[in-house]
Amino acid sequence: MVESSVMKAGVNTAMKFSTMRRHLREGSKNIYRNGWMTVASVGAVTTTLLLVGVFLALMLNVNEMANNVEEDVEIKVYADRTAEKKDLDKLESKLNDISAVETVTFSSKEQELEELKSSMGEEGQVWEMYNEDNNPLSDAFILKTSDPLDTFTVADEVAEYDYVEKVHYGEGVVERLFGLTKYVRYIGIALIAALVFTAIFLISNTIKLTIMARSKEIGIMKLVGATNGFIRWPFFIEGILLGVLGSLLPIAVVATGYHYLYNNLRDKIQVSFIELIPFNPLVWQVSLIMLAIGAFIGVWGSLMSVRKFLKV
Amino acid sequence: MIEMKDVHKTYPNGVMALDGVNLSIKPGEFVYIVGPSGAGKSTLTGLMYREEKHTEGQITINGTDLNTLKERHVPYLRRNIGVVYQDFKLLPKLTVYENVAFALEVIEEDPNNVKQRVMEVLDLVKLKNKARQIPDELSGGEQQRVSIARAIVNNPTLMIADEPTGNLDPETSWDIMSIFEEINANGTTVIMATHSKEIVNTIKKRVIAVENGRIVRDESRGEYGYEI
Repeated sequence: MVESSVMKAGVNTAMKFSTMRRHLREGSKNIYRNGWMTVASVGAVTTTLLLVGVFLALMLNVNEMANNVEEDVEIKVYADRTAEKKDLDKLESKLNDISAVETVTFSSKEQELEELKSSMGEEGQVWEMYNEDNNPLSDAFILKTSDPLDTFTVADEVAEYDYVEKVHYGEGVVERLFGLTKYVRYIGIALIAALVFTAIFLISNTIKLTIMARSKEIGIMKLVGATNGFIRWPFFIEGILLGVLGSLLPIAVVATGYHYLYNNLRDKIQVSFIELIPFNPLVWQVSLIMLAIGAFIGVWGSLMSVRKFLKV
Repeated sequence: MIEMKDVHKTYPNGVMALDGVNLSIKPGEFVYIVGPSGAGKSTLTGLMYREEKHTEGQITINGTDLNTLKERHVPYLRRNIGVVYQDFKLLPKLTVYENVAFALEVIEEDPNNVKQRVMEVLDLVKLKNKARQIPDELSGGEQQRVSIARAIVNNPTLMIADEPTGNLDPETSWDIMSIFEEINANGTTVIMATHSKEIVNTIKKRVIAVENGRIVRDESRGEYGYEI
């Protein structure tokens, strides 16, 4: 009497391979057994993921553009005109030693003059009177910091160096620009978070409704002697399938849409920093994220809802 | 097989359904449980497979003490008991075959044996040719036979039926009873709560009468004893 058959049976918890196969089969069958309920759940996943996907692709591009803008910021260090060759070499190696600096490019006063003439176009003719012998410009170093945000501190530091006449980095404009890119990023992250949250809420609610309709079935399974785990597994499989099915259409839409957009806009945009991220990494990344969100929400919605009805 | 000592059941709303029940049922017996509506018949059978939980007293089923039975072991208790309900409780989206096979899948029976065993019991309840249909396509009597097939498919030592003929016409009821007798003849203990005077008075078995939550009569070859 002490050790009854019930207790002995309870010890056996390892799942047989055939049982796992059964769960996979039942989970997949439930997809079509539940007909319109499946359509409702998949539809909810599809609509929300479509929004998330389109927005994600958009935000990744905006972020990339903000990066490009920041990358374009450079510090121009004008050397003292009295500096000789060895002084310039010394200055260059000193600039190279600053840890925040990524590249140092030397631009001689002749190059500076050429650049000035060409950038002025027609009006550049005024500068034609200058040549190698009476060049009023200075030699310069162009610095790029590895993190654009270090621009300010590096510029301040370099201004103190010997043989540095002045340092220029587009003061004022750069500060405002960085402020702007920061806000663009924050708003993007906030919007995506809000969208994903809405998606989770909407989808799990729909799935909850479809499972609620099956609470009676869950009760019957329990009365026949099914353990909670045995009942849960097919729902788990079904949840994954619902999520994956629901993400297929959004993935297709985002992929073809972006392919079309990228090929049409790439050559038409002339502004240097507005450059779309190529199809190849972006669409894969966005698709993977959508697939993961879909599967996660599907499973989460299913298991949360089943849990309520298992207490029979 | 079943031992109950001073069993009480009070529902959370204060209604006392059972008020000190003592009974002992031996393996292989066939027992009717009779009594007016609301007397406590369903509560009594429900306690045996833990659809209900008693509030006081001692219940032992197949050697399992229900007072110390852990919640997670309840499914294993139910696997040794086949239950037949008045409303059949079939899974509506599964076919007849799948409904019966479900009870075997739950105990992780070897899939190679499942098909043979399911067809065996479907043959016993004469539903072999309806294996691929879903419950809604069957008559009430056929649905009840499916639920009987599910109840006996894993050879339980105990079968409990709660008004199995309550929703069926008389002729179908006799078919169901002959299946029960056959199951009982094979050694399975059968406990059946019923309102059917004809059945109890025709197929004579042990009768336990319940009134107001107490056993008022227990006869080895009894009569129905109520005029309804």
